[in-house]
Amino acid sequence: MISSTNLRFSYSPQKKFSFPDIQCKDKETLLILGQSGKGKTTLLHLLALLLQPETGQISIAERPVTNLSPEEVTKIRAKNIGIIYQKPHFVSSLSVLDNILLSNYLADRKENIHKARLLAEKLGFAEHLPKKTSQLSQGEQQRVSIARALMNEPNVILADEPTSSLDDSNTQNVITLLKEQSASIGASLIVVTHDQRLKDEFSNQVHL
Amino acid sequence: MNVVKISLANLKEKKLNSFLSALLLTLGIGMISLLLLLNKQLDEQFRRNIRGIDMVVGAKGSPLQLILSSIYQIDAPTGNVLLAEVDALRKNPFVKTVIPLSMGDSYQGFRIVGTTLKYIEHFQAKISQGQLYNASMEVTIGSKVAAVSQLKIGDTFASSHGLDAEGEAHKEKKYKVTGIFEANGSVVDQLILTRLSSVWDVHAHEDEGTGKHEEHDDHEESEAGKQVTSALIQFRNPMGLMTIPRQINDNTSMQAALPSIEINRLFSLLGVGIETLRALALIIISIAGISVFISLYNSLKERKYEMALMLSMGATRTRLFLMLLLEGLMLAVIGYFAGIILSRAGLWLFSKAAEQDFHYSLRKFTILPEEIYLFFVALFIGFLASALPSLGIYKLNISRTLAEE
Repeated sequence: MISSTNLRFSYSPQKKFSFPDIQCKDKETLLILGQSGKGKTTLLHLLALLLQPETGQISIAERPVTNLSPEEVTKIRAKNIGIIYQKPHFVSSLSVLDNILLSNYLADRKENIHKARLLAEKLGFAEHLPKKTSQLSQGEQQRVSIARALMNEPNVILADEPTSSLDDSNTQNVITLLKEQSASIGASLIVVTHDQRLKDEFSNQVHL
Repeated sequence: MNVVKISLANLKEKKLNSFLSALLLTLGIGMISLLLLLNKQLDEQFRRNIRGIDMVVGAKGSPLQLILSSIYQIDAPTGNVLLAEVDALRKNPFVKTVIPLSMGDSYQGFRIVGTTLKYIEHFQAKISQGQLYNASMEVTIGSKVAAVSQLKIGDTFASSHGLDAEGEAHKEKKYKVTGIFEANGSVVDQLILTRLSSVWDVHAHEDEGTGKHEEHDDHEESEAGKQVTSALIQFRNPMGLMTIPRQINDNTSMQAALPSIEINRLFSLLGVGIETLRALALIIISIAGISVFISLYNSLKERKYEMALMLSMGATRTRLFLMLLLEGLMLAVIGYFAGIILSRAGLWLFSKAAEQDFHYSLRKFTILPEEIYLFFVALFIGFLASALPSLGIYKLNISRTLAEE
């Protein structure tokens, strides 16, 4: 579960953002829609604790997480938040499997190969595990990044434009998988997008 | 998964860049290490053989040539001098020992040197098989001669005229092997030693073709009218050095050469070449460092997003810094060991050539203490070249980097 109140952020005096309050309970989903320049990515980065808000509060799993030290923030993020980026990026020198296991390693957890294989099978890229990520198609790469976000069983899954570079059938596929998987681990799912195709997929919506 | 595995994967991902960096380091380290090895072993070989020899007298000519031919047996002799003149030196109160040498013939490229027992004493050569030559035309051979020529005790052989293997053979008179010396690392290993009278005998036969010259006296040093090639002189005290060389050069038909001076001169001549090569090696190592720097700097620019990604997934900046540092250090370690192996291969080739031409071998492949310092130099270069670009990781803005791409 994740919630925010009175979030404000400014890159410069001319470029200020203030965001509506957000709440997304465990197993719930939330769609944040907005055109470019409305601060979608900024909001996502604030929720992902990658940016510090000027004012306002964020709490994850009913614990306030603002005003913490960078080390604590890094730990909380690794433990509680799975992020899926607009363009799937990976450590290009490592295999698909190692990229997924990387989230265990960087969060100082035991590497769970069994779980990685299970997720790969569910998400349909098990045969690609030994390959390099660059050998996969965009849709496959996006599914790998979903698996990576799920590896530590986070409390919150944040997805930034996860479908913007995918065709209709892949979009449908990815959104279904996201919803299924976050529900299966009892996480809150927040999708930030300008993709109008997703409007009908989510009942809870916030417009920026 | 660990930092080492990721670093290795990154090096493998940029195979050609890594290869170039490691290759440059290998060449630089290899050159320096080879120079160290050669310098040390040549120095050892040269110093070991001049120990205790204060002066060499022989026919006038190049003093360096006299030293090289009489002590190291690697150059042609300068000519002959009268034994009587050499023996006259014994009367000088500053002179302790005079060891006359007579050479000019060889067998399979190994020199036959006529001398006195003092020579064997001086080089502390010990007999390993058989016994020391006792009569004219008997020889005792060095360990390397025995190994290469396959001569055994009791074998006879005809020497050939001149110091290379292709000389005309002295067929009428044959030498007989009576013993073999133990290997002791000195010049004796590669010599065939005999009495002075043997050399005279062989050549007397050549010249006259008649008559017997069986010499049975134990005072061959006192032979008059005979000629020798040169003589090694030891002084009783350093005062000899001050006066005797000048006396000889001014008042006799001989010249006096001082080994320590000539060898220092030889090394200072070689030194210029060695210094140049060393400078070249240092330049190559610096370029290797720059190559590591550039390739890490570039790959870091390309991998900026990867770094931000790993930071957002819970990596600390220090962990990523170590990972990048490790890439440079691993290249340095690979380059160092490849360089050490390369230098051994180089030494082996050099030694093969030197053995063929001079019968000297330079085959000590152990790690020198200087090479351990070299290891730390290599690590330092790897550290510096990877730390400088990797410091950027501490300035990386995660949110901006992730948002930009």
